[in-house]
Amino acid sequence: MIPLMTIKQFFNDMRRQKLRSALTMFGIFWGTCSIVLLFAFGQGITESQIKAQRGLGDNIAIIWPGVTSKEFRGLPTGRRVRFTEEDARLIKSKAATLKGISPEYRGWNINLRYKKQTTLRSVSGVWPEFSDLRNVIPDIGSRFINKRDMDEKRRVIFLGDKLAEDLFEEAEPVGQSVLFNGTPFTVIGVMKEKKQNSSYNGRDNRNAFIPSTTFKAMFSRRFVNVMIVQAYPTASMEDTKSEVYKIMGERYKFDPSDKEALSIWDTTRGIAFLKTFFMAFQYFLFGIGVATLITGGIGVSNIMNVVLEERTKEIGIKMALGAKKQMIMLQFVLETLLITAIGGLLGFLFAYALIQVFPYLELDEFIGTPRVNMVGSLMVIGVLGLVGLASGYFPARRAANLQPVQALKLF
Amino acid sequence: MIRMNQVVKSYTTGKVDFTALKGIDLHIRKGELAAVIGPSGSGKSTLMNIVGCLDIPSSGEYMLEGSDVGQLSSNELAEIRNRKIGFVFQAFNLLPYATAYENVEVPLLFAGAKAKYRRERVIELLSRVGLANKVSNRPTEMSGGEMQRVAIARALANEPDVILADEPTGNLDSKSGGEIVKLFHELWESGKTIIMITHDNNIAATAERVIKLKDGMIDSNGLKARTSA
Ligand SMILES: Nc1ncnc2c1ncn2[C@@H]1O[C@H](COP(=O)(O)OP(=O)(O)OP(=O)(O)O)[C@@H](O)[C@H]1O
Ligand SMILES: [Mg+2]
Repeated sequence: MIPLMTIKQFFNDMRRQKLRSALTMFGIFWGTCSIVLLFAFGQGITESQIKAQRGLGDNIAIIWPGVTSKEFRGLPTGRRVRFTEEDARLIKSKAATLKGISPEYRGWNINLRYKKQTTLRSVSGVWPEFSDLRNVIPDIGSRFINKRDMDEKRRVIFLGDKLAEDLFEEAEPVGQSVLFNGTPFTVIGVMKEKKQNSSYNGRDNRNAFIPSTTFKAMFSRRFVNVMIVQAYPTASMEDTKSEVYKIMGERYKFDPSDKEALSIWDTTRGIAFLKTFFMAFQYFLFGIGVATLITGGIGVSNIMNVVLEERTKEIGIKMALGAKKQMIMLQFVLETLLITAIGGLLGFLFAYALIQVFPYLELDEFIGTPRVNMVGSLMVIGVLGLVGLASGYFPARRAANLQPVQALKLF
Repeated sequence: MIRMNQVVKSYTTGKVDFTALKGIDLHIRKGELAAVIGPSGSGKSTLMNIVGCLDIPSSGEYMLEGSDVGQLSSNELAEIRNRKIGFVFQAFNLLPYATAYENVEVPLLFAGAKAKYRRERVIELLSRVGLANKVSNRPTEMSGGEMQRVAIARALANEPDVILADEPTGNLDSKSGGEIVKLFHELWESGKTIIMITHDNNIAATAERVIKLKDGMIDSNGLKARTSA
């Protein structure tokens, strides 16, 4: 009986006090909306940066040949250390922390031709593992180089997506034949589009890949240009590097502590930095969020204070007409909760809608795709609701504790 | 019906204590029509607010229909204000954003009345005070006399035995004031107990009994003839 009465009274009041309800609701709406957007974009930027960094590969290091800088068992410094596919197999069999490895031969200015289109490109000869190491993922309907390609030294080629576009334009590349310095190669796949913000030899989307065995046979190369190694996610790249120095040092007779004998680029260091940087960025956003909340809270609380006079008088009238204290407080709490819920929900939906529309603006290359953080959003709504409740609740309770005549006379 | 023994009401403003009622003894019987008069500041409103349970005495005893108001909880007082007393203010005290209909409905809502009953009752009350055609008007869309009639309809909502009115015609011209007084007389004739503060001697003269306050004390309680007899 009491709640029913309150609900009816409550909706009457909400309807009548449109301005007050609307202003409060707007405060909550605005706070929620801006903070949800803030966090969503923060999250989007962070993710996109980390993803772009991962475009090179997860947990990998790139190894180049080097020159010894330390004497070793009577051998002089300044000896070149180069490596072969055989070395890659050796490392693969010996290094315990190694998840994957692929050598990479590299040929430049290779003439690729499809019908009338020609282009000079760099082509890599790699192992099937290369796909996983470097996140060179085949698009739908495509495949990467496999073991049979390797064993049979097949003339097959995998194209970066931009390169495929340049050569084939609208046509479907897979299954077509391209001329590779005049030799026909079958296209087995096209790379799925990816973000890549660092490289050691140009972006993958403009390169082409063929089996290392085919490459070796065509160009009669002995040494590979680089090796890509990947550590297990649980292992440290430092350990993998030490293992590589040790194995290679034994084979080529150099001091495993001689860091110049092989030059290694540990890409995980970049990621570590990036993670730290974006952690700081998240804290910064959190700070802005808190500041916004405080401002929004003050706004809501001001609105509540503006209506305090009206509210106190109203409470006086209602008490004179027989309202009990609990009814008045219950109504007030319900009102704030509903206003908060509606304002918060609208703010959230508005932000959500913006975030859904955002990908169509094609700005994601620069700032990523914003993502909604549900827990954060609920917290924002909760905090604003609490502020609204507190800033109105205490004056209302004070008024409800007065004798009716005092509430009527207070202003 | 209403009985007061040595009711005192004092206010503390800053460091100064002020006693607005200095020991009121009053007895009002069921069905009486009493006018309360006295100079400004004599404590008329203070007394009326206590009678109406809108305020509590600083000391003394107030019995309403046999129960000691001083002993009641705030919820019980709310119940009394809701069902036993109808209060009419000089300043109307309508909810400003609510229509005449909604204003009259408020005490019925607090009493937990059913929707159908509420609807019938509100229309009946507004017709009774001659405002059947103004149900949807808000206070800003009504004259003073009309607002006061809404307030009277509202005071009558839960069929209280006692109607208290603090200068109900104070903000009205003599014509609409006269109509309001006429309404109170009709209510009195229908059996209600009515206490009305007024500055207007003509209005006081129409009452059955005139209580005169002076400096927070009862100067004459209008019962001289009987008490001296
Ligand atoms: N809340 C209060 N605090 C302090 N003093 C008060 C308060 N309310 C009333 N008074 C004082 O009590 C006295 C009686 O006030 P009250 O309102 O009862 O007078 P009144 O007889 O109704 O006068 P009027 O005819 O002008 O309405 C006045 O002197 C007033 O100043
Ligand atoms: Mg007065």
